[in-house]
Amino acid sequence: MTPAGVAQARTTAPDLASEGRLTGAFLLVAILALFGGIVTGVAQALEHAGINLYPWMAPLIQSYYHGLTVHGVLNVLVWTTFFIAGFLPFLTARSLGRPLASRALGWATFWLMTGGLLLAAVPLLGNAASVMFTFYPPLKAHWAFYVGLTLVVAGTWLVTLNLALTRAAFKREHPHARTPLPAFMALATFAMWSIASLGLAAEMLFMLIPWSLGWVTGTDPLLARVLFWFSGHPIVYFWLLPAYISWYTLVPRQAGGKLFSDPMARASFLLFLVLSTPLGFHHQYTDPGIHQGWKMLHGFLTFTVFFPSLLTFFNVVASLENGARARGGTGWVAWFGRLPWGDPSVAAQVLAMILFAFGGIGGLINASLSVNLVVHNTAWIPGHLHLTVGTAVTLTFMGITYWLVPMLRGRQLWSVRLAQASVWLWFGGMIIFSNALHRLGLMGMPRRTMIGAAPYVQPEWQAVLPLVAIGGSILFVSGLLYFANMLLTVVASRVPYEADVPFAEALSSAEHAPALFERWRPWLALAAVLIVLAYGPVLLRLAVTTPFDAPGFRVW
Amino acid sequence: MRRSTTVYLYELAWILPSIAIPVGMLAALAVTALGAGIHLPGRDGRIDPTQVAQTPPFDEPGLVQVAPGRFEVRMTAQVWSFAPNEIRVPVGSTVTFVATSKDVVHGLLIPKANVNVMLLPGQIARATARFDRPGEYPMFCHEYCGIAHHVMWGKVIVETYP
Repeated sequence: MTPAGVAQARTTAPDLASEGRLTGAFLLVAILALFGGIVTGVAQALEHAGINLYPWMAPLIQSYYHGLTVHGVLNVLVWTTFFIAGFLPFLTARSLGRPLASRALGWATFWLMTGGLLLAAVPLLGNAASVMFTFYPPLKAHWAFYVGLTLVVAGTWLVTLNLALTRAAFKREHPHARTPLPAFMALATFAMWSIASLGLAAEMLFMLIPWSLGWVTGTDPLLARVLFWFSGHPIVYFWLLPAYISWYTLVPRQAGGKLFSDPMARASFLLFLVLSTPLGFHHQYTDPGIHQGWKMLHGFLTFTVFFPSLLTFFNVVASLENGARARGGTGWVAWFGRLPWGDPSVAAQVLAMILFAFGGIGGLINASLSVNLVVHNTAWIPGHLHLTVGTAVTLTFMGITYWLVPMLRGRQLWSVRLAQASVWLWFGGMIIFSNALHRLGLMGMPRRTMIGAAPYVQPEWQAVLPLVAIGGSILFVSGLLYFANMLLTVVASRVPYEADVPFAEALSSAEHAPALFERWRPWLALAAVLIVLAYGPVLLRLAVTTPFDAPGFRVW
Repeated sequence: MRRSTTVYLYELAWILPSIAIPVGMLAALAVTALGAGIHLPGRDGRIDPTQVAQTPPFDEPGLVQVAPGRFEVRMTAQVWSFAPNEIRVPVGSTVTFVATSKDVVHGLLIPKANVNVMLLPGQIARATARFDRPGEYPMFCHEYCGIAHHVMWGKVIVETYP
């Protein structure tokens, strides 16, 4: 049975309306966070070109660094996590054709995460937690910031539980069926994240929360960074894999074709599950206190993730080509023009893929311990992050909402034209913005810095800095068009929307996958073994020898 | 359910190069990492972050000549400055930066000399660079360290006289 077959039988069944409302609630928080992040973001871009808006933003935003922290937390942590926690359970329920195992758990998860977010928002908005979304100690934020974010992470574990229970129920009902691909991928994504988030949870529970509450006096920056990056690299896969799920299981159908290979898609996600975590030291190449050999090992493991990424690249592009040829496309390259570019959901996601190719190449550069010395902590890094999280993830999620929000609301998208304009502006604006930051990084400009007020701006930076503001302003306009369209779709659109979730069939379907792909324990065990090998000795040494003697500072 | 695995020729034709490409890149990486003498900061000792000003060599920050043409800078980072923040060496010098932080996390970035190292409270960091061209090499703090992070900088001045 194909995912599409299951889905078509049940998508319009009224018993999934509750899942729809739950997803709508998560999306509301996510899109509001994106709005807050984009409004604070444009001020940073303009600041780099010497246009200082911060005096006008006080007392709401009290400094460049306050605004930067709000921007990072809202866009990189909240928008992504809430979107994913809403979208993947929705896809799971629809592709399995059954409700979530526990709707009560689903709503409890939403309120736990939203409660955590509101708790963290108090110090965040009050300038009591202007420590960036990486919150490296001994910068010391208000305890509510750490506790709130921890509750959000705990909420994601409940999503994992609900997805696992839902799949188990499906397997009881259909003992011989393969788990439909969207549900399989959703569970793999959350399983990966649940393992990876243990580092962050340990940092919060054993270090930052007791320290910020005053129960202990000291902390240790190195151990905190090791625990943070244990989660901090896989978290980008946690954001990225849901975009891949759309590219694999939905976009091929939206483009008029079929997924090229279901087994290869499963293989890539199982490899992400296994390989995503034991590689965090490539964020700490320049940290003292970790032997170079461990850094090299993590660097090599980072490159292994390139393999499932290449599998994804091939499978997704082959699926797009399948759709374009079905629509009359020909030639080696010319078929690309025959994709349904008029559909803003497809256009957004294909453009996101194009920029992600450059984000991926940049990522390989970051992971190379030799050239990492050139780019680490320079403007190159936000340039890279805006291609990956800021485009591959964000533009894809925007593209998903162009069908998902109308489906949840039961009304057509308010304006296709507006959506197309927003999508292309994001693409164009990001090319200018990201390219400028990459170049500035190569010229040695530090990231996360109020460059307009810095006494050391180099002559060669001057020509490029205005491009940051121009690109950022275009992105801002694109964002406003997006929000207007979403708002008007919800409140003003009158034309009914009656389409199903566009699940794609596969040319090579799930039955061709090895039976091992339907089992979880071997893959989870393999992931655990790799993590113990890559992290065990260093974590053990640090846990035993770290004196926790660094006092906290509030210097913002 | 069919137990056999059908791998299409297309899949295989892609999977094999997809393995070969990362392996090739890893080989290139290993050559540059091991062969080209690139060193990352490693384990160079701990220090009590509350006692930096009393702990040698950071009780006397500054430049020390350790051999002809070889210098060592004992440097502390604190909000929002480096000490010393101006370093003069003759052209062709090899300079090792031995540095730590007195308060929050800082960073030391000297773009023109390929120095890029984090300065963590509690850890002693070492990074070595050769200064082959005369002129000014700006050095920046490249980790957010509070409200005046953007004024934390200094320079290495490489002079032409021997």
